[in-house]
Amino acid sequence: MQHDDVIWDIIGNTQFCSFKVKTKSQNFCRNEYNITGLCNRSSCPLANSQYATIREEKGQCFLYMKVIERAAFPARMWEKVKLSKNYEKALEQIDENLIYWPRFIRHKCKQRFTKITQYLIRMRKLVLKRQRKLVPLSRKVETRERRKEEKALIAAQLDNAIEKELLERLKQGTYGDIYNFPVHAFDRALEQQDQESESEEEEEEEEDDEDVGQREFVAEEEVEESDLSDFEVTLLSNDQQGATEKVESERSRNEEEDEEEMEVQTKASRSKGKSPANGSAARKKRAYVEIEYEQETEPASKSRAT
Amino acid sequence: HSATSCFTGGEYGKKAKKKSAEVDGEGSAVEEKKMVKSELAVAFPPTFSVSEIKNKQRRHFMFMKLKQEKRKQKMQLRKKRRKEREALGDKAPPKEVPKTIENQRVYDETTVDPEDEEIAFDEGTDEFSAYFNGLTNPKVLITTSDRPRGRTVRFCEQLATVIPNAHVYYRRGLALKRIIPQCVARNFTYLMVINEDRQVPNGMVLCHLPNGPTAHFKVSSVRLRKEMKRRGKNPTEHYPEVILNNFTTRLGHTIGRLFAALFPQEPHFVGRQVATFHNQRDFIFFRFHRYIFKNEKKVGIQELGPRFTLKLRSLQKGTFDSKYGEYEWVMKRHEMEACRRKFQL
Repeated sequence: MQHDDVIWDIIGNTQFCSFKVKTKSQNFCRNEYNITGLCNRSSCPLANSQYATIREEKGQCFLYMKVIERAAFPARMWEKVKLSKNYEKALEQIDENLIYWPRFIRHKCKQRFTKITQYLIRMRKLVLKRQRKLVPLSRKVETRERRKEEKALIAAQLDNAIEKELLERLKQGTYGDIYNFPVHAFDRALEQQDQESESEEEEEEEEDDEDVGQREFVAEEEVEESDLSDFEVTLLSNDQQGATEKVESERSRNEEEDEEEMEVQTKASRSKGKSPANGSAARKKRAYVEIEYEQETEPASKSRAT
Repeated sequence: HSATSCFTGGEYGKKAKKKSAEVDGEGSAVEEKKMVKSELAVAFPPTFSVSEIKNKQRRHFMFMKLKQEKRKQKMQLRKKRRKEREALGDKAPPKEVPKTIENQRVYDETTVDPEDEEIAFDEGTDEFSAYFNGLTNPKVLITTSDRPRGRTVRFCEQLATVIPNAHVYYRRGLALKRIIPQCVARNFTYLMVINEDRQVPNGMVLCHLPNGPTAHFKVSSVRLRKEMKRRGKNPTEHYPEVILNNFTTRLGHTIGRLFAALFPQEPHFVGRQVATFHNQRDFIFFRFHRYIFKNEKKVGIQELGPRFTLKLRSLQKGTFDSKYGEYEWVMKRHEMEACRRKFQL
């Protein structure tokens, strides 16, 4: 009925076929009923009266056969046979439907059917494995969060916080006897001699001794210490600042007094208590020398001591 | 009354008369209002806002003038205050503390009070109690998502040097739910999975193993060791100390304990290494330093080791189970990030 050769002559070689896709090495056929996907004389669904394909819909495979008598009604031209889900039974169905059909079409149909079942099996397996969930990122949200992070980093003042924490731990004696800073006691004396009485200094020394025994689990304690709310921390820091300011102002007043009195005081504070380590001896010499020469260098040494 | 005359004369007819009567009433009402307004206007000087000027150039000009005025007033006020302060000298009132977000933070009712007994009891019996009572030693398994790229791999290696007793394993496409029973069998206490996106680590799942909570974090600003300026030598095998800052709320407490349990209980003070988890505005900054005490007043710190920031996304009870797990806390952006001064940790 249909002149297959004429059709092929037109669409295959000379004129235009809208389903043909040309590449450098090969021609492909985009027709959905094509059995191999290539543009060939024997694979073209338009240029063959006797043609069959396997197509798959939602996991179900169908055998489509072209009934050339209905070429005038393209919508009803293809006959559909549902294939069984069992692989062997489906192959038998293909054989029995395409009995007496050319070998090429039978073979290609079975090949295509095999490929389809294989990819359906793989799809089912993949669903059982880990699914990757893609979470969309909103650009606005991301930039906002990045900015917040930068601001938080600046507000955190990490280095200061870490240093403060470490110094506090040292003060409370979590490190035990590893660090001997015997000048510790003398420094504290220097600081507090202008402000407080000696009894308070003794109390503080006793407290240190007690703490050394009590600290056990470092990790746990840290959580509790940092539970100070931010309010308390800022208030404390304000107090400390106020204290240091007072000390400095008193220091400046002291400079105007007799230098001899200063020497006497410093010597007296050092002679009490533990034996000085090298640091304090050097400091003692240094103070003496500086007092001899000029007054201006004194404030520098004082600020270093505090 | 001139209003009524122009309506009655003309096209409206009878209806117009009725309408005019209504209009009359309205007109008089309007006139009354105008009279009232003019009375009010007489009371205050006539004010207009800059936004009512239609001409853009003029409006802009007036606005600039307004701003200058305001600025001048502010400067004058400042000068006055400074003069007063100097005049008073020592007796001046203390400087006011400037408002910061931390100062203005909305009080969270789940803030932990250090002496709270209920919390102390909870912490004595929760999933970390075994660690804090010294019964278990931490052993961490670090892995990544599928097919990690260079940066993530290097990050995992560096993390393994920072956390003592940590092992890095290549994830061969295994499901986490299958990995977890194997880890438990080999006495691991922590499973850390670094998730990667476009060759860069961007997420972390931290799962406490026997049956402990699973936390999912967003990881950002990862700096590897060679990208750090002025860094020290590589970390040694000594157990580091741990600093946990600013974990105030109940949730923050749980997360703090989660981090604390990563590291062994007895830090080696000889090693002088410290790992810091600092929480600021719900961002947790991780730093690893080596410190040295120069004297009792000064300590020098030198950064070694990687640094990164974490942001908590969800906390789930039990080990990792994204479908059927029970979530203790999930980040809901619209609810929780609506107020700038409210934080969860």
